[in-house]
Amino acid sequence: MKNNTLANKDNRVDGVAKVTGAAKYTAEYQFPNLVHGVLVGSTIAKGKIKSIDTKAAEKSAGVVAVITHKNGDKIYGLKKAKRAQTLDLGLRIFHAKDIHFSGQPVALVVAERLEQAQHAASLIQVKYETEPHTTEFSANMASARPTTIPWVSDLKRGDDGAWEKAPVKIVQEYTTPVEVHNPMEMHATIAIWESDDKLTVYDKNHAVQDVRDTIAKALDLKKDQIQVNSEFIGGGFGSGLRVWPHTFAAIIAAKILKKPVKIAVTRPQMFTMTGYRPATWQKMSLGATEDGKLVGIRHEAIGQTSEYEEFAEGVTGITKMLYACPNLLTKYQVLPLTVSTPIWMRAPGETPGSFALETAMDELAHALKMDPVQLRKVNYADKNPEDGKPWSSNHLMECLQGGVKQFNWKPGYVEPGSVQKGDWYVGRGMAVGSWAAWRAPATALARLDSEGNLLLQSATSDMGPGTVTTMVKIASEVTGIVPSKIKFELGKSNLPPSPGQGGSVTVASVGSAVYEACEELKQKLITIAAGMDKNSYKEAKPDELFFVNNKIAIRNRPDSLIKLAEVFDHEKIKEVEVVKASKSAEGSDKYAFFTFAAHFAEVQVHRLTGVVRVTRFTSVVDAGKIINPKTATSQISGAVVMGIGMALTEELHFDHAHGRPVGADFAGYHIPVNLDIPADIQVVFINQPDPYLNKMGAKGLGEIGLIGAAAAIGNAVFNATGKRFRSVPLTPDKLL
Amino acid sequence: MQLFQYHRPTDIKEALSLFQKNEGAQYIAGATNLLDLMKKNITTPAHLIDINRLPLRNITSDAAGLTIGALALNSDVAEHETVVSEYQLISQALLQGASPQLRNMATVGGNLLQRTRCPYFYDTAFPCNKRTPNSGCGAKDGMNRGAAIFGASEACVATHPSDLCVALAALDAQVIVQSGKGERRIAFSDFHRLPGDTPEQDTVLQRGELITGVFVPANPFQRFAHYLKIRDRASYAFALVSVAVAYRVDNNEVIQDARIALGGVAHKPWRASEAEAFLKGKNNTEAVFRQAAALALISAKPLKHNAFKVKMAENAIIHALNNTI
Ligand SMILES: Cc1cc2nc3c(=O)[nH]c(=O)nc-3n(C[C@H](O)[C@H](O)[C@H](O)COP(=O)(O)OP(=O)(O)OC[C@H]3O[C@@H](n4cnc5c(N)ncnc54)[C@H](O)[C@@H]3O)c2cc1C
Repeated sequence: MKNNTLANKDNRVDGVAKVTGAAKYTAEYQFPNLVHGVLVGSTIAKGKIKSIDTKAAEKSAGVVAVITHKNGDKIYGLKKAKRAQTLDLGLRIFHAKDIHFSGQPVALVVAERLEQAQHAASLIQVKYETEPHTTEFSANMASARPTTIPWVSDLKRGDDGAWEKAPVKIVQEYTTPVEVHNPMEMHATIAIWESDDKLTVYDKNHAVQDVRDTIAKALDLKKDQIQVNSEFIGGGFGSGLRVWPHTFAAIIAAKILKKPVKIAVTRPQMFTMTGYRPATWQKMSLGATEDGKLVGIRHEAIGQTSEYEEFAEGVTGITKMLYACPNLLTKYQVLPLTVSTPIWMRAPGETPGSFALETAMDELAHALKMDPVQLRKVNYADKNPEDGKPWSSNHLMECLQGGVKQFNWKPGYVEPGSVQKGDWYVGRGMAVGSWAAWRAPATALARLDSEGNLLLQSATSDMGPGTVTTMVKIASEVTGIVPSKIKFELGKSNLPPSPGQGGSVTVASVGSAVYEACEELKQKLITIAAGMDKNSYKEAKPDELFFVNNKIAIRNRPDSLIKLAEVFDHEKIKEVEVVKASKSAEGSDKYAFFTFAAHFAEVQVHRLTGVVRVTRFTSVVDAGKIINPKTATSQISGAVVMGIGMALTEELHFDHAHGRPVGADFAGYHIPVNLDIPADIQVVFINQPDPYLNKMGAKGLGEIGLIGAAAAIGNAVFNATGKRFRSVPLTPDKLL
Repeated sequence: MQLFQYHRPTDIKEALSLFQKNEGAQYIAGATNLLDLMKKNITTPAHLIDINRLPLRNITSDAAGLTIGALALNSDVAEHETVVSEYQLISQALLQGASPQLRNMATVGGNLLQRTRCPYFYDTAFPCNKRTPNSGCGAKDGMNRGAAIFGASEACVATHPSDLCVALAALDAQVIVQSGKGERRIAFSDFHRLPGDTPEQDTVLQRGELITGVFVPANPFQRFAHYLKIRDRASYAFALVSVAVAYRVDNNEVIQDARIALGGVAHKPWRASEAEAFLKGKNNTEAVFRQAAALALISAKPLKHNAFKVKMAENAIIHALNNTI
């Protein structure tokens, strides 16, 4: 692609709107007659509602409705019980007396003002019949069972007992806790029934068409009867990839009341009503030769799910493909607990999986007294061990080299606990990560008006990575139109189809659609202009076409300059429009598409207080060609912060007697603050285009910065102190 | 939140009488704690008496000591010249509490009366004797990682969350209190209570009593004093354990007058009197500090998830004392 020379070319196109408040987030929309709903959550984990007294709430000032299982199920298309089981609709609320987890919505209080609804919600009296619940992961592992979700499969390669016969062995167990996405913006929905069978939903999510489809199924409506909007999103990390109970609650209430209903989920409710990263237990068995070559791996994992739905994720996925190892067995099981259903959280599966694998690899390096970087190199896989396919591109070796240089990693083995600076033990650690580079089908519309303004549309989302900015940049680089004349619209379900924003697919997929739509647009202009008897266009290639405000021209053909208006007049059109459906990755039968990263951390551990500080962090990332270095760097450094949170601070505690989370708010759940992260998180990109995934050569980078990050920190803590920690977070109490 | 009536008196007498006249009255200052409690229906005052217009914002000092008005902002106190130079424990403790935005609103009186951060107190789905007497204590056998290791009772294992109070306890401050009956001064160590059977009462304040200020006697600890806070993240978190230490040495470099107060370990700031006594007459070396710290924790009674606090508090004392030399 050509270089754009504008100084601010990488700044977010919507940055000013966001910092000035002009960008509207879901809960900020206002509509005439809108009423506010507040959800009341169950206080028991399991059992039945015995009685629910709503009288005081109903009489309370401003209250227009109280919805419970007694009156809430009228409009659900779900009345056909079979649908409820076969569709991915999640928890069916206001439907039965059954309680499946603590915090489950049991009532919705709707009032004219939010404060009135909040107050009235506190007046609802619920009596329960309790049943025994099970929330403790470690005490119930025997109840784990194989997953029924087909794409989370187990793998056996070669001799699955080979690790045991190897000269050097590591066998250890690792655990990761429940982590909660906690995006800055809390989930919210506004439901508006335009007519009896036409629904508009403003909903914080990052998969508008998936959300639309789920709602359509639940209500027995057609997709085009439902409009889902989610234009600006204050973070999501996966929590916006499905429909949650509050959305159905708003839809039900709006139907009953014939008024727009807004429900804004509260921060404490964000811990039980909108998903989380499930806790895991993992056992790694590694066998290696004396020089560090892996002989066999066995990776067993259990991840929690709810009792009313099954959630599974690829915890062992990274072990299947990261290292050259002839013998392997992976086994993944789910453990149903009396909790709400988890959901994908940034780099799902690979995040806990890489913590176990990369900590175990560090243990192996230590057992061998080997430089952990060297251990990764020794086990580099030159093709994908999982299916034998060649990598479309794999620059993991360069990531390692780059990290060694950037971080100033002195080659060799460093004895744990050997470096001290005053009261602080100093240590270094590293880990690598990988994430599949996906490309899904996506469609983009490109429309050019006679003034040279380019409008692009696709039903994708921008939950924070800067998708709008990146798409504008791609279009600008393909067309040469200045970014200020390009507009990208997204976040509406009636726009051309796009996958939801998850799995790092957006740039590779939607970006391809935009790229191809822009190319086709240029070809279309050339064809029209050529038909106008403009000789200079006859042989012209799209590459040679360029835009000057409201004119086009062909490079090195001065006679070709022509007003767009004239071109359009010739065809009797007002604008040129192209809708381009871009396919999923071609060659996925031939190549293995993955991104790679190497992380390097330096930590200090206080000898008396157990406090860990991450003093330096370097991530070197192979995500193909980097479209926008500025937003890409933000993605990776943001992921590193999340990795620091996973390593040091983030954990949702449970009270198992009550089957309920404890400290479910920002006082109890600690997200890292600025003082917890190094002043300078160094992000380096290999920036080599992938030759096969798409024309841009971009591989996607939403997840990769997190995978292995926590292990790198844990490994550094080991190197600092000589104490190995196999469960996170490493709060000071554990290090004393 | 429940409906309430709002009053805004301009002098102390009016404030006191408004309180007496109105059932369910409560003072409100910076609102950084009370408003949260009201939103969660943990505290449901029928009358709010906003005391922000009372003339209680001054910070003054003389040879006898420092007087801080109850409405002095945490941020103003933390940056006050005399506080920084002569009462540095106070400044250090304040600056490790909350966030700059909160410190700009929070008052000294309110800081003394902030309620526990025990998560069982904050979530009304759990039993909590402090919030709802006789409902039980969820924390005692629950996720009690933050709970007390000293002075807890069957009814309550909560801790007092303030940083400032730990410093004030170490400095033998007095709480100046006014009521219809006049003014009284309460020694800091008597101000907060142990939970016993009535954990709903955090302090010895009588109904309607207004804190007008805090008096801190002049101290000889300018040279050796340190406040240390250990928490789950580097900033903006309550203490797992905190400690204020202060002492002076005589001409022979021998410790006199040692003070050690711990935070995050009890229902009130916890003075380690035996350790203080032990330090007297010793030299200020890590070996001595270690012995004092061990002594300070000797009667700790941890629960299932907070046993770490014993070691942590011990090490915190050593580290804080080390930091003085
Ligand atoms: C997110 C967060 C983090 C925090 N972190 C810390 C921390 O790390 N360390 C720390 O020490 N504190 C921390 N705090 C607590 C904070 O310091 C207190 O909330 C604050 O000091 C209370 O002062 P206020 O003026 O806002 O009190 P208010 O909220 O107005 O009142 C609190 C209580 O004091 C009573 N009251 C107030 N003034 C008087 C008076 N003069 N006489 C009688 N009664 C009175 C009120 O009736 C009420 O019961 C934190 C608070 C928040 C919200």
